Amino acid sequence: MAKYLLLKHYRGAPAAVNDVPMPQWAPEEVTAHVAYMNDFADRLRESGEFVDGQALAPVGEWVRYDGEGRPPVTDGPFAETKDLIAGWMVIDVDSHERAVELAGELSAAPGAGGKPIHEWLELRPFLTTSHTITE
Amino acid sequence: MKELVPAVLGVLVRRGADFAAAEDAVQDALVEALRVWPGDPPRDPKAWLITVAWRRFVDATRADAARRRREELADREPPPGPARERDDTLRLYFLCAHPSLTPSSAVALTLRAVGGLTTRQIAAAYLVPEATMAQRISRAKRTVSGVHLDRPGDVATVLRVLYLVFNEGYSGDVDLSAEAIRLTRQLASAIDHPEVAGLLALMLLHHARRASRTGPRGELVPLAEQDRGRWDTAMIAEGVAILQAALARDRLGEFQAQAAIAALHADARVAAETDWVQILEWYDELAALTDSPIVRLNRAVAVGEADGPRAGLAALAALDDTLPRYRAVAAHLHERAGEPAVAARLYAEAAARSLDLAERDHLTRQAARLNARPT
Repeated sequence: MAKYLLLKHYRGAPAAVNDVPMPQWAPEEVTAHVAYMNDFADRLRESGEFVDGQALAPVGEWVRYDGEGRPPVTDGPFAETKDLIAGWMVIDVDSHERAVELAGELSAAPGAGGKPIHEWLELRPFLTTSHTITE
Repeated sequence: MKELVPAVLGVLVRRGADFAAAEDAVQDALVEALRVWPGDPPRDPKAWLITVAWRRFVDATRADAARRRREELADREPPPGPARERDDTLRLYFLCAHPSLTPSSAVALTLRAVGGLTTRQIAAAYLVPEATMAQRISRAKRTVSGVHLDRPGDVATVLRVLYLVFNEGYSGDVDLSAEAIRLTRQLASAIDHPEVAGLLALMLLHHARRASRTGPRGELVPLAEQDRGRWDTAMIAEGVAILQAALARDRLGEFQAQAAIAALHADARVAAETDWVQILEWYDELAALTDSPIVRLNRAVAVGEADGPRAGLAALAALDDTLPRYRAVAAHLHERAGEPAVAARLYAEAAARSLDLAERDHLTRQAARLNARPT
């Protein structure tokens, strides 16, 4: 019962093994890819391990407080140079091993040529606020 | 009414009802009770619920192919006598903690079936969506639906599940620690087993110190700095009494040994009075009972207190430095050995590896405190 964030990157991750940009895939390959992701989420709902997940647009900007009475400073978008997150999913699993197993499964989503992309996914454990007995 | 659910469910399961079908029937009976009872309260609410739930179950199963077999089963079973109630609830504990279930499923099913919590309450307590928890519970029900408990299950598995619930301890609509204590009390009244008593004592002794374990802003307060005036002395006394009765049975187990350590901590009026020599002896017992590296890590802390920080560091050196909290322990021992710079570095490393927010902040403050010292 530990929560993990699975991060899918547009950019910033090491290159995937099957590294063909999505716009160059066949339309049915894109469909198969999306279906794989949805099936994956459905299976986790079914197993009681799904918490939440969303896809993110590739645009975004940095925002910073700029002092009393002034509008926040914004910067970008500079999508070319920044680490860009494509989407995320939160899972709640029994062990770290299980989290790695699921991330591996998600990384096997089909890409160009119907072959697995082997893309890198970032797996981040949640900081918890439980009061587990330690002394 | 919630209190009656486990007993009613237990009767149906013992009479041969499939777990999921039994739960549906009990839910139907509860709905019926809400409708009927206000105008016509039953003399014996539990008997009423059992009768109605069993009728619902039989009605429901008549429709399916297993009809004949189920009716024969129902026919063969005598009506339950009051003496069987404890057995039935106990059966439910064993079913909910069955080894075929993953820990999180076993926890969810136990809270639902034995604890009588709603799916929404359990989901909120575990901070996951209600739909996810509903699936987790229905999968767990499917997993155990074919299980026939013809002999007692493994008490150790049940205790592990209850301790998992206790250690979550979220305090929202449902306080899981309090709920775990309630369920363990119920189990302890149904089964005469020194380790059940040991776990109950351990939970009470920890729970008694809960209010003093965190500061006003949720920050962690280490044992030595806790305001002992805020410990719940009545709860401590109860835990100690339960523990002593269990130890007198001379069947030592992990939970009793852990409770003995907690009792020794609770017994000290000020931190300096802590009987570390005896605590170390209990850690030796505990290490003999389990193969847990965490126990050996905690033992190194006790060695450091009983025999000095150098001896503690020597005990630590024998352990794997990738263990959780290894660096926090090392930092503490190095500080006591008069090496603040080493300790500060180790505290910072420990903070970076911690997955608990309050713990991470505490370790960061420890590092900052040592770094701020004039050298």
